[in-house]
Amino acid sequence: MGAYIVRRVFGMLLVLLAVSFIVYLIFIVIPGGDPALRIAGRTATPQNIAAIRQKLGLTQPFIVQWWDLLKQLFTAKLISYYNGTNVVSQIKQGLPVTFSLSIGAGIIWMGFGILVGLISAVKAGRFSDRVITAFALIGISMPVAWLGLVLRYFFAGEQGTLSWFPDTGYVPLTSDPAQWFYHMLLPWFTLAVLFIGFYGRVLRSNILDTINEDFVRTAKAKGLTNRRILVRHVLRASLIPIVTLFGLDFASVLGGGAIITETVYQIHGVGWYAAQSIGTQDLPPLMAVTMFGAMFIVVFTLLVDLAYAWLDPRIRLT
Amino acid sequence: MATTGHEEFTLDTASELAAEEGSAHKIQGRSPWVLAGRRLRRNYVALASLGVFILVVVCCLLAPVYVSQVSHIGENDVRSDAVVVVNGKHLRVISQGHTKIVNGVPQTVFGGVPIGPQWGAAGGQYILGADELGRDIATRLLYGGRNSLFIGVTSAAICTVLSVILALLAGYFGGIVDWIISRFFDLIWAFPVILLAIAIGTALSINGFHHWFINISGSSLWITIAVIAFVFIPYIGRPLRGQVLALRNREFVEAATAQGAGSVRIMFTELLPNIASSVLVLFTLIVANTILTEVGLSFLNAGVRFPNPSWGTMIEEGSTSLATAPQISLFAGIAIAITVLALNIFGDGLRDALDPRAKIRIEHG
Amino acid sequence: MAERLLEVKDLKVRFATEDGIVQAVSGISFELERGKVLGIVGESGSGKSVTAMTLMGLTRGVNARFEGEVLYKGTDLLKISDEGMQDYRGNELGMIFQDPMTSLNPVYKIGDQIVEAIQSHERVDKRTARARTIELLRQVGIPNPDTRVDDFPHQFSGGMRQRAMIAMALSCNPAVLIADEPTTALDVTIQAQIVELVSRLKDDFNSAVIFITHDLGVIADIADEIIVMYAGRVVERGSTRDVFYDPQMPYTWGLLGSIPRLDRPRPDRLHTIEGSPPSLINLPEGCKFRPRCPHAFEKCKQEPALENRVGTPGHLDRCWLDVDFKRDHRDETISGDAAAAA
Repeated sequence: MGAYIVRRVFGMLLVLLAVSFIVYLIFIVIPGGDPALRIAGRTATPQNIAAIRQKLGLTQPFIVQWWDLLKQLFTAKLISYYNGTNVVSQIKQGLPVTFSLSIGAGIIWMGFGILVGLISAVKAGRFSDRVITAFALIGISMPVAWLGLVLRYFFAGEQGTLSWFPDTGYVPLTSDPAQWFYHMLLPWFTLAVLFIGFYGRVLRSNILDTINEDFVRTAKAKGLTNRRILVRHVLRASLIPIVTLFGLDFASVLGGGAIITETVYQIHGVGWYAAQSIGTQDLPPLMAVTMFGAMFIVVFTLLVDLAYAWLDPRIRLT
Repeated sequence: MATTGHEEFTLDTASELAAEEGSAHKIQGRSPWVLAGRRLRRNYVALASLGVFILVVVCCLLAPVYVSQVSHIGENDVRSDAVVVVNGKHLRVISQGHTKIVNGVPQTVFGGVPIGPQWGAAGGQYILGADELGRDIATRLLYGGRNSLFIGVTSAAICTVLSVILALLAGYFGGIVDWIISRFFDLIWAFPVILLAIAIGTALSINGFHHWFINISGSSLWITIAVIAFVFIPYIGRPLRGQVLALRNREFVEAATAQGAGSVRIMFTELLPNIASSVLVLFTLIVANTILTEVGLSFLNAGVRFPNPSWGTMIEEGSTSLATAPQISLFAGIAIAITVLALNIFGDGLRDALDPRAKIRIEHG
Repeated sequence: MAERLLEVKDLKVRFATEDGIVQAVSGISFELERGKVLGIVGESGSGKSVTAMTLMGLTRGVNARFEGEVLYKGTDLLKISDEGMQDYRGNELGMIFQDPMTSLNPVYKIGDQIVEAIQSHERVDKRTARARTIELLRQVGIPNPDTRVDDFPHQFSGGMRQRAMIAMALSCNPAVLIADEPTTALDVTIQAQIVELVSRLKDDFNSAVIFITHDLGVIADIADEIIVMYAGRVVERGSTRDVFYDPQMPYTWGLLGSIPRLDRPRPDRLHTIEGSPPSLINLPEGCKFRPRCPHAFEKCKQEPALENRVGTPGHLDRCWLDVDFKRDHRDETISGDAAAAA
C-alpha cells in the first residue's frame, strides 16, 4: 500500500510535468506571434520590444522557457501580461470562492443525482420514471450559461420576476454564513442541474444492470426484503462507478471548471478570473488556471483509485 | 459491438433466460443492423427527436430565404435608428431616452431598450424582437444556428474520425503505439474540458494558426471547430480503444492475418465494421456535447467572435440586458435546449438499439 | 410414510418477450417427500431452471404468467404475494445457483452474507449468527472457518465458494434445498465432492433436495427419482433405476449416451444429440423431440401424452415407439455405437 502510493505520487508528478509542457506548448508555441509585441502596444519602439522580450525570457531556447514558466508558477512569480498583477495570488484569492461553489454544488448534485437515479430505476418503465427521465434529459440539454441567466431573470435581484434571491455577488462564509448560503443557492443549483441529470441517468442504468446480477438473485433467494436488497446489494454496487465520475467532475469544478457559472453569477472565483483574461488575451492567468485545474484532476484520479480499492475488495493496489 | 454482444450477455432473470433461449434461433442469421433498425423503428420518441433535429437544421439552412422573404434584415445589419410600423403606429427599434413629468417632477427615462417580440405585427420584421444594436433576433437565431450546428457537427465529425484512427492504431498495434496513444488520451483527459478549450481557443485566436501548410486566421470558425474536436478526443477514443483491444484477439482477426491481410486492411475491413455501431452512437451523443461546448466557449468570448452570430454569442450578448430585453438570450437558449434534447433522445434510442453499453462522460461547468 | 413437503401440479410458466410469448414450462407435476432427492435433467432451454426459480418465486414479474399449483406443505406458493414469499425464501426453501463466483456479492465478506441470511429470518444477535455461520462453514467443509469467515468471495476457490453457497442456503434450515446446476461451473473432481456434500447435508438437515443438472451422470448416485425435461415438458419420469436401466425416451438415451462411463467398453466418441432444442416461441407440431429423433415416424406428428407405457409403475414417458423396439435399439445410442457407425 505504502509503496503503491509512493509509486503513484511519482507517476503523478510525471503527468504534471507533461501537463505543464502541454500548457507551455499551448500558450507559448501555438500563438506563434510575439507576446512582446502585444504587451508593448502599438506605439512601441524596437528597443522597448527588445527589453520586454529580454525581461520575459523570450530569447531563450524553449527548454529554458518551459523551465522558467514552471519556476514562475511554483514560486508564485507569474505576472499578468495585461495588468502586471501576480497571477498566483489572484488565484489564491479566488480559491475560497470556488471551493464554496464546488463543495455546495457537489453535495447537491450527488444527493439529488442518487435520488433521481434510485427513484427512476425503482419505477423503471412507469409514468414517474418517464417524467423523471424526461427532466433529467432536459437538465443535461440546457446550456449552463442560459440556465443561470434564466434563473437570475426569474428569481434573483430587484428586477427578477420573483425576487427570492440576491442577484450575483459573493459573501464570504466567514463574514456572514447566512448571507453566504443565501447568495450561493442559485449558483449551486445552476452548476448542479447538469450533473444531477447526468448522474441520475448513469445511476439508473447501473441499477437496472445490477438488478440482473446473479448475486442479487441470491440475495432474493435468501429471503431479504426488497428494500434491503436494493440498498445493500444493488445500490452499493451501482454507486461504485459513480464515485469515479464524481471524483473527476468534482476535481474539474474545484480547479476552475465552473467558469461559466462563476461568470454568470459574477462570483469572483478561479474560473471567473480565467474568464476575465479571455477578452484581454492575457495568457498567464489562463495558463495558471489551466495548470491548476489539471493538478486537481490528477490528484483526484489517485484519490478515486484509492476509493475504488476501498469500495471493491477485489481490486488490489499493486 | 453487436457481434460480440451475445457473449457478454448475462443470462439473468429467468424471463430473459427463457426469452434468450426461445428466440435465439429466430434471430440467428439476421444482421445486427437490421435488428437495430427494427428496434429503432418502434422507438417513436427517438424517431420524432430525429425529426425535430432535422427540422432545426433545415430551418437554419433556410436562413437566407428567411432574410429575403420575411425579415429583410441581414444577420449583421445594425438598425439602431430604424423605425418600424406596428399596427399603424411608428415604433423605434431602440427606444430613445426622454424626460417625463410625474407629479410635477421631471424624471429621466433611459433609452437604449430594444423592441420586444412583434410576432408578425411589424410585417415580418423583428418577429422575436431586436437586440441592442437593432439587429433582428429571429434572423440572427437562424444564422447563429447555422454556425452553432456547423461547428457542433463538424467538430464532432473531426473528433470522431481522429479518435477512431487513434483507437484502431492503439488497439491493433498495442505495445509502444498503444502506450503513447493511451498516455496522450490520459493527458488531455487530465484537463477540465472547458478550461482546455478556452486555453487553446484563446491562444489560437491571437494570431491564428500558421504552422506547416495550414493557415487559419484568428477569427475563423475553424479555430473553434479544431479546439472542440481536440478536447473531446479521449472521450470517444478511450472507449473505442478498449473495444478494438477486445476484438484484436478474436478468431476472425487471426483468420484475416493468417490469410495474409495487411494491418491497414485488417483495421479498416475487419475491426472498423465491428466498432461501427458504437462509433455511430458515440458520434450522436458527442454532437450534443460539442454544440453545448460551442455555446459555453462563445458565451465566454472564446468561441465565435463578433459580429458573427452563434447561439452562444447571442446568450452572451443578452446577458447584460436581461432585465430590459430578455428575448436576446431567451430564444437562443430555447433553440439550443431543443436541439440538444432532440440529439440526446435520439442518441439514447440509437444506443438502446445498437449498443446498450456505450456511455459517455462530459461536463460543462 | 414420509412427510410430503412439495407438490407441484401441472405448473405452466409463460413469459411475454420482445419476440413473442415464450412457453418456458408447459405442465410439470411432481411430489417431493422429506429425505428424498429429485433430479431434474435437460438441456438449456428445457425449462428446468425456470421451474426451480418459479418454486422460489424468483420468476415473478410483469411479463410472467403462471398456471397450476405449487403446494408447499399444502400452501399454494403461487398465490402468495412477493412480500409473503420472503418468509419462505431461505427459510423454507433454500437455493444454490450455478456460478458461485457471480452468485456471491463480491463486495461483502462471505460470513456477513451468511449472517445476513440468518438475521433476515431469525431474531438473533450478530454474535450468535456469526457463531452459527462459522459452524455452518465447518459443516460444509471449509478449513479454518473461524478465519475464513472474514474472507471475501474472490479469496475462495471455486469449490469453496460453492460450499459457502450451500452453507448460506442451509443457514436457516430449509425443508427443501433447490440446487440449480451447482456443479456445472466446477472442476470434475470438485463436482463429486459437492454432490456428496449435498447428499450428506440432506440427511444432517433432514431436508429434501431438488437437484437440477444437464448431466445425468452427476445425479446417478444421489437421486431417488428423475424427471427428464425437454422444451418445457416432462418427457420421461421414473425412479433413478428405471431411467438409467430402462429409459423409454430416445432423448433420454441421448443424455445417457453423452455421459462418459467406465463400466462399458470405451466408444470411439461420446454420443451427441444432433441439432438444437426448439424455439420455445414456435414449437414444432406433435412430439417436440421429433425433429431431432432418429426413430421418428408418422405417428409422432401427434404429441404423445405423459403416460405409463412400461410394466414398471410410476415410470412415465412421452414416446409412441413400441417398448420392445426401443429396448432393441436404444443401446446403440447409449453406448455410442450408432455414433461410431455414422
